[in-house]
Amino acid sequence: MAKADFEIPQLNEYPEVPPVVPGTMAHSKPFIAKPEFQEPLNFPGELPDDWHDQAIDAMGDLLGKYRSLQVYLDSCVKCGACTDKCHYYLGTNDPKNMPVGRQDLLRKVYRRYFTFAGKYFPKLVGAEDLTREVLDDWYSYFHQCSQCRRCSVFCPYGIDTAEISMAAREIMDRIGVGQKYCNEIIGKVFRIGNNLGLPEMALADTLEGLEEDVEEETGVAVKYPLDVKGADILLVTPSADFFAEPHVDGLIGYGKVFHEAGVSWTLSSKASEAANFGMFIGSYENMRRVSMRIREAALELGVKRIIFGECGHAWRVAYSFLNTLAGPFDFLDPKYPVPQHILEFTWNEIQKGTLKIDKSGNDDMVVTFHDSCNVARASRMGDEPGGQFKIPRNVIKAVCDNFVDMAPETIHEKTFCCGGGGGLLTDDLMELRVKGAKPRMEALRNVIQEHGVTNMAAICAICKSQFTKVLPYYGMDMEMIVSVHQLVSNAIVLTGQTSEDDDESADDAA
Amino acid sequence: MPIEVNGKSLETDEEGYLANINEWEPGVAEVMAKEDELDLTDEHWDIINFLREYYEEYQIAPAVRVLTKAVGKKLGKDKGNSKYLYGLFPYGPGKQACRYAGLPKPTGCV
Repeated sequence: MAKADFEIPQLNEYPEVPPVVPGTMAHSKPFIAKPEFQEPLNFPGELPDDWHDQAIDAMGDLLGKYRSLQVYLDSCVKCGACTDKCHYYLGTNDPKNMPVGRQDLLRKVYRRYFTFAGKYFPKLVGAEDLTREVLDDWYSYFHQCSQCRRCSVFCPYGIDTAEISMAAREIMDRIGVGQKYCNEIIGKVFRIGNNLGLPEMALADTLEGLEEDVEEETGVAVKYPLDVKGADILLVTPSADFFAEPHVDGLIGYGKVFHEAGVSWTLSSKASEAANFGMFIGSYENMRRVSMRIREAALELGVKRIIFGECGHAWRVAYSFLNTLAGPFDFLDPKYPVPQHILEFTWNEIQKGTLKIDKSGNDDMVVTFHDSCNVARASRMGDEPGGQFKIPRNVIKAVCDNFVDMAPETIHEKTFCCGGGGGLLTDDLMELRVKGAKPRMEALRNVIQEHGVTNMAAICAICKSQFTKVLPYYGMDMEMIVSVHQLVSNAIVLTGQTSEDDDESADDAA
Repeated sequence: MPIEVNGKSLETDEEGYLANINEWEPGVAEVMAKEDELDLTDEHWDIINFLREYYEEYQIAPAVRVLTKAVGKKLGKDKGNSKYLYGLFPYGPGKQACRYAGLPKPTGCV
């Protein structure tokens, strides 16, 4: 773990609402995108002279396009229900990280330029001019919102701070003030096909390596196919699944499930990324461009179904927006949902009894589950309400005997963000990420102490990377975080698999 | 901010990665490690050299698993894991070691 040059929050037994300390995170801001990262997204490279007017025009444009934005900006009554609900407020004490405080940064400008009272009596209604200082505050604090939408669960009016953050980022992008992390990555998706910038040859090599590893371990030739025309299923998964740990252990698990289910499937080098950072920056155009790759790949490969791997916000985009962004998908097999989540597929196979499961493969673990925000609060799985909570847990319990949930106010629709979502998973925001993880770390530590939990499973690439990085700051082991399909992989017994005992005796002999 | 290596000034980006990979020389890793108060050993160099070879072929840093497998093959199975790599590069092998090797930073959800 790297040394921390900031104070790491103390974990408490019970969640405490911290006292307000203004400005504690005013210094936190991610690197600004250089022109070379702005231009591929059709955003200006730098702040223009008339940025003020352009920003107000952009706000007007968004207000006209998204009725919801205006409703959110108009309807807050300052009841305070949201104030202690944001993990970034709980971890930083900064009142601008209270959801209402964050919203007001945009709301005060909206009132000044778009409401009667704000135009003529600004002081009476908290309306303010858009100044350079306000813009700097926007840049800082709209990059301290992970768009997790926990606050919206508690808001009596259902105000969605995520949508306000997205709008603010879109306005800033349109005046040349973009965030390096997100915009560089979106450019890589356009240029190379995925967030990592993993070229086709490297992807093919990585997948070949996985096939070797799985065969060495199990004696079964499980395939991880790439660009196979005529396959039934296109798997679209975050490129972190090819690259990072524990993500790749989940990918190994998807392959084993497909193998045992006897279906034909393929990955695509063109759509080698499930993530869609276009959503994080609130840019419909970029979100659409990123989505179109999936449609094109599905058509070129002639698949019948599309399945998404473990990625939180990708599932939101896929479940909620894919059809309008890149549809219609009338060329796919109508017998299956478009798209489907890998957990829905695996749970179906478990119920059908096609998978041979030996739960002892996970006997060394006591597992808890971290609901990822975008899956929990912006999508569903299966065909009944709450399926997005039940199906991951059903799958875990089907492959693992020891499962414990964290405290009820920290799971399901009330889940806490990992602290790195919404385009904030970047090293230049490490202080924010560590502090924002505090509520989740508290809930986790409590189940460790009370129930001997050893591992936390997740279904989002960002969550997995974030926890790997921040767990050590709180004195916990980075390897505690596992993929749900890693648990599946540990327990699945492949047809014809040589048992581990055989392997060990073979090792001993050698 | 540029770094000084053997009398030459080499451009880096905001996060300290070399702007131009072709300007890399072993001194780059030495200078960067010194700033991090890290002594580079042969074990560090094994990783840095592997990263550079892989990048040359594939134009990207190797996946963690590709790297651990290669290390395991070369240095023994007990070293073919992330723990060993984090022991060498506490900021993470993917990022700190890539920086020393002159490679661009791996981006995305990693």
